[in-house]
Amino acid sequence: MVSKRKKKYTSGEGAQYMTRKAALKKLQLSLNDFRKLCILKGIYPREPRNRKRAQKGKAGIRTMYQVKDIQFLLHEPIIWRLRDYKIFNKKVGRARAVKDFEKLNKYLNSHPTLKLDHIVKERYPTFIDALKDLDDCLTLCFLFSTFPSLAHVPRDQSALCRRLTLEFLHAVIEGGCLRKVFISIKGFYFQAEIKGQTVTWITPHHFSFTPHSKAEVDFKVMSTFVEFYTVMLGFVNFRLYHSLNLYYPPKFTALQQSGDEKSLVDEDIFVAERVAALNLPLSKTSNELVEEDFELDKFNADGSEANEERQEEIRKEMEKIKTLKNLFKGFKFYLNREVPREPLVFVIRCFGGEVSWDKTLFVGSTFDEDDESITHQIVDRPSMDKQFISRFYIQPQWVFDSVNARDLLPVQKYFMGEVLPPHLSPFIDEEKDQQYIPPEARALYNENELEEQHKNDENQDEEKDEESAEGAEDDDDEEDVEEKEDDEATASKKPKLSVSTGEVFKEVPWEKDRQERQEFRLREKMVKKKHRNLYKSMMDGKQKRAKEIWLLRKKRRLHDEKEKGDKKTIKKDKGKEGSKKKVKN
Amino acid sequence: MGNKREIKSSLKRNSVEEETYVNNEVESDEDDELLNVINGEDEDSSDDEANDGSENELSSEEDAGGETDEDSDENDADSEENDQESEDDDEENDSDEENESGEDDEENKNSEDDEENKSSEDDEEASKFSECSIKKTESYNGVKKLKNKNKLVPSKKLPAVTKSDEYEEFDSSDEEDIRNTVGNIPMNWYDEYKHLGYDWDGNKIIRPETGDQLDAFLKRMEDPDFWRTVKDPQTGQNVVLSEEDINLIKRIKAQKIPDETFDEYAPWIEWFTSEVEQMPLRKFPEHKRSFLPSKHEARKVSKLVHALKMGWIKTMAEAEKLRAKKEPQFYMLWQTDDKAEEMRRIYNHISAPKRLLPGHAESYNPPPEYLFDEKELKQWNKLKNAPWKRKLHFIPEKYDSLRKVPAYPRFIKERFLRCLDLYLCPRAIKMKLNIEPESLVPKLPSPKDLQPFPTVLAIEYKGHTDMVRSISTDKTGQYLLSGSDDCTIKIWEVNTGRCLKTIKTDSVVRSVEWCPNAALSLVLVASGQEVMLINPNVGDFLVNSKTDAVLQEVPKSDVVVPDRVRTTIQWSEPDSEQHQRGVRLILKHFKDVSQVTWHGKGDYFATVMPDGQNRSVLISQISRRRSQLPFTKSKGLVQYVLFHPTKPFLFVATQRHVRIYDLVKQTLLKKLLTNSKWISCMAIHPLGDNLLVGTYDRKMLWFDLDLSTKPYQTLRLHGTAVRGVAFHKHYPLFASGSDDRSLIVSHGMVYNDLLQNPLIVPLKRLQDHEAFNDFGIFGVVFHPLQPWVFSSGADGTIKLYNN
Repeated sequence: MVSKRKKKYTSGEGAQYMTRKAALKKLQLSLNDFRKLCILKGIYPREPRNRKRAQKGKAGIRTMYQVKDIQFLLHEPIIWRLRDYKIFNKKVGRARAVKDFEKLNKYLNSHPTLKLDHIVKERYPTFIDALKDLDDCLTLCFLFSTFPSLAHVPRDQSALCRRLTLEFLHAVIEGGCLRKVFISIKGFYFQAEIKGQTVTWITPHHFSFTPHSKAEVDFKVMSTFVEFYTVMLGFVNFRLYHSLNLYYPPKFTALQQSGDEKSLVDEDIFVAERVAALNLPLSKTSNELVEEDFELDKFNADGSEANEERQEEIRKEMEKIKTLKNLFKGFKFYLNREVPREPLVFVIRCFGGEVSWDKTLFVGSTFDEDDESITHQIVDRPSMDKQFISRFYIQPQWVFDSVNARDLLPVQKYFMGEVLPPHLSPFIDEEKDQQYIPPEARALYNENELEEQHKNDENQDEEKDEESAEGAEDDDDEEDVEEKEDDEATASKKPKLSVSTGEVFKEVPWEKDRQERQEFRLREKMVKKKHRNLYKSMMDGKQKRAKEIWLLRKKRRLHDEKEKGDKKTIKKDKGKEGSKKKVKN
Repeated sequence: MGNKREIKSSLKRNSVEEETYVNNEVESDEDDELLNVINGEDEDSSDDEANDGSENELSSEEDAGGETDEDSDENDADSEENDQESEDDDEENDSDEENESGEDDEENKNSEDDEENKSSEDDEEASKFSECSIKKTESYNGVKKLKNKNKLVPSKKLPAVTKSDEYEEFDSSDEEDIRNTVGNIPMNWYDEYKHLGYDWDGNKIIRPETGDQLDAFLKRMEDPDFWRTVKDPQTGQNVVLSEEDINLIKRIKAQKIPDETFDEYAPWIEWFTSEVEQMPLRKFPEHKRSFLPSKHEARKVSKLVHALKMGWIKTMAEAEKLRAKKEPQFYMLWQTDDKAEEMRRIYNHISAPKRLLPGHAESYNPPPEYLFDEKELKQWNKLKNAPWKRKLHFIPEKYDSLRKVPAYPRFIKERFLRCLDLYLCPRAIKMKLNIEPESLVPKLPSPKDLQPFPTVLAIEYKGHTDMVRSISTDKTGQYLLSGSDDCTIKIWEVNTGRCLKTIKTDSVVRSVEWCPNAALSLVLVASGQEVMLINPNVGDFLVNSKTDAVLQEVPKSDVVVPDRVRTTIQWSEPDSEQHQRGVRLILKHFKDVSQVTWHGKGDYFATVMPDGQNRSVLISQISRRRSQLPFTKSKGLVQYVLFHPTKPFLFVATQRHVRIYDLVKQTLLKKLLTNSKWISCMAIHPLGDNLLVGTYDRKMLWFDLDLSTKPYQTLRLHGTAVRGVAFHKHYPLFASGSDDRSLIVSHGMVYNDLLQNPLIVPLKRLQDHEAFNDFGIFGVVFHPLQPWVFSSGADGTIKLYNN
């Protein structure tokens, strides 16, 4: 017998991948159900190493799923729930059609629900994994918490999102793990460090909901995501609260006492409102302190200097964070009503400050505006009629900038009605080279320069910029011109037969540099063919970044010059006016 | 204002009611005298009207009155008097009313009885009141209390007929005017007539005469009741409002209940109490069936019980529990932070990358340089259809305070796109190179260690007026030969740059080469279709003369020249004029000659005619004055030919390939694959194992003939076509010139050890030639002894670089 010939694509990449259509057929699901399942289970298409082979020789680009992923889906119990839904929909449809409202009610009251607990555990084997993937979850939940009830977003979903996000904020406040904040045009960015994982989320500005057409945004898809994320966030919250020795769901000790006096109409709502206020500390299950800032042991296994340096660095960082946690300790803030309450209360409370607001603005204010012990009043209006001498009237950006600087910034620049200094992003990686650092940021990093900047005008900066810009430009032509000039000079000197005093040969400082660069340019032509495109693209990128930096510098310089000119003209005008007045007098 | 207006209108209605009542009264009395009196009085009132126009509207009058009171003291005094007088009047009225009250009470009772129980009427009462009388009372009822409140001026003297109490129970707004029978029509229809309408008897009601303005004024001054006098539009008569009426109006204006007697705060009477009464309200006993259990209910209950049992309906507690269950229940899902439990999980999971964190540009208050200027904004808008090409995915904006920051309109869309990415975007792990680009550049020895090599422009040889296509040096390196497009060849002294000789040719010189045999002073010049052997007459005299001698005698041979060769080339002697110029032999070819090259020994030379097809390469021998056509077939457009320095090999470069022929065995040795489009020139290493090929597609190919037929290294040192390459005879140097005007000198070390590959290091780029018609450098030649290099350019100059 001749052994059977092996069929193509029965092994290797051809057998590892399947198209979405094949997956649907295998799972016997509709596309909608498959989408929902994929979202809930976290299954995504994979990019095959060799697309043609994976597609079994078919042309075009298809969505390829790994066969193993689909097999994994095959064993998922919620597939049956999805089929239940199908039946349920049919039943309800029929009952509605024949107007059997009794049955319809019965069905609607006992609709099938998805239980997602096991999926959370399956997708995130450890708590740390869940924290790593919390970014999208939080951002989406914060967005949904602002939603009205929509066709595919039930009201209780957005209410649940609101509840869970507030609980998360409380956990961050109690844990003191907020690190960076940023006001962007998109919303407020917050970055917290929980168990060593950085979690970044965005809370949108007020009135973020705008209706979208279905072609533009499919809320059903987002709602499915949120369905999973709420479950996940709930479990994360639970564990966070547990590790912080807090009750979950949150409770307030202070409130319970007051609750005894008056019987509350609805205690749940009462507590929910206090939770939303973010202003009261939660009651703890035990009074043990969760001490996170322990002293780092000195262990020096290698005895190498690098290790020591690293340890030193870590220790410094820890100290910095310790001071950051108590940045606003002892300060009392009062929020005017035009200031966005929630983000500011969250930030201030995270760093140990006390905060309150007008009673009529929101529940949970703890002291009034005329409290003499208020140190800062956060104002976002050009002027106020009644002002207390005992406090600073500052704009909200001060809080954010101080947090990012990890130090209390001088308040002068942030007084009410003052033109604010630029608000800089704290997420810029300082160690990355080839990036533009605005002068304000440079001043922040480098204290010496800060002083310089205070002392001198911006002239120096401009000069520096110009120099560096010149340095960045290295064109062949310039060098060639230089070369030629040199040659011509030698040629013209030759014919003279007279003897003159010799000149000391001076090395032109940039000559050596130039030569080296020229050599390098020849050498870079010897890059292997294999790497040539890579090298080219890398160099192109480098050049592009350099150009970007140059452009930004130029724009800044022009802006500064213009501003200076404006100032001068204003001064002149003033001077003129003054002189005129004198003449008149 | 709105309120006031409403009040006004209500007042109007009130006044109308009152007036209608007055009419009624008059009618009931049917007193002629009264009418007369009314008419008499009316004259005054009409005067009033004339004075004040709209004063019959009470509210305005009152307001005006109040104000005018303050205006003048006189008026005040008058009005006080008026008030007193009016009070007197009121008292009179009151007394009248008291008198009437007895009668009124009786009537009142009667009417009540009528309504409640007509059947149980007293006989006496029934006899007293005929049906019409009942009607009348009803009509009275309709007109009701108004009586007390206002009076016709004449009615003062009349005894009042009815009492207010009688009508207090109900009050209908749809009362009819009884005195004037015209009905509810706009009264201005009667403006043209002398009468206002008709009374019950069909008699005209004559419009009371209106006085002139003077009368009105007088009345205003004199009549104390003027301020409370109102005109009845139905009868056109003036009506003085009583104190009560005014109080009523005031109460309505103050939005109080008009009836003064009504107690708003009366004690609450609980009509339907929760207390169970002792006695049943109904007088008959309960029916029997109320004591028997209902079968219908029992059926219903049993149904409910069944439904409960089957779980179709839930009790409140159960429903609550279910609801609580439906809400997500959270518990400790992970027992520890970082220990994973064994369970089936997704295979080879690739977690989604996090979103990039925002830079300064996204700030609500960014530094000014991040804001777009007009150009950038235009660019941004232009890329509407290709948003991924944009520098930033948003337009940076600056707000001077936080309160002015609006919601980001694309926020939801961005989150949605992220969601789509999460479940639709194919994922793969891509290795990211984290290297500096410099590390990709090969490590080569520094040029400083590879000296000597030419670095500086030493001498320029100027004299040609057109492009210098070809140059060559003699064997000693004393003289330089150049052939140019200006139809001359020139011989230069290398060390001084002096032009020793200029020899004119008949056409453009394509190629020149000095004979490598030191014993001969000969140069080969290809000019048009001719190849000339010229004795330049420079250098050693002996050699020159000897060369002439050698060339003078024509060797005799019996060999018959084949036709194919004869049609290709003809050897001829120069004429005397040409001989004077130095031409010693002329070979006339049948096509233009593009290149000539000597064999190493200086006896043979090869010529190339690219258009010659299968006769394009020709090898000639001077000593025998004989030519050969080595190839019978054309293998393509021949570009360049070269002799091997030591072996009898011929390198023939066609457009794409280089073929190596063994001339002795007459076989093809090798075919080198250049992988380029068009070869321009070739040079062979003095040892003969390495070949350098320059191409018009910017490349230089280094072939190691021992290694393979593919290039050992492809050098892309030039930006444009390479037109000349050369090896140095002694130093490990080679050079290349190209149309980008640059001459690049490189180090090319060939080791004797076969295991070691040649080392190639570009050393120096020399760029002194000027561009001319997009041409740069044509010929590149090394000095035979020194590490110097010559280059000839399209600008008509030759340059010497030394170290």
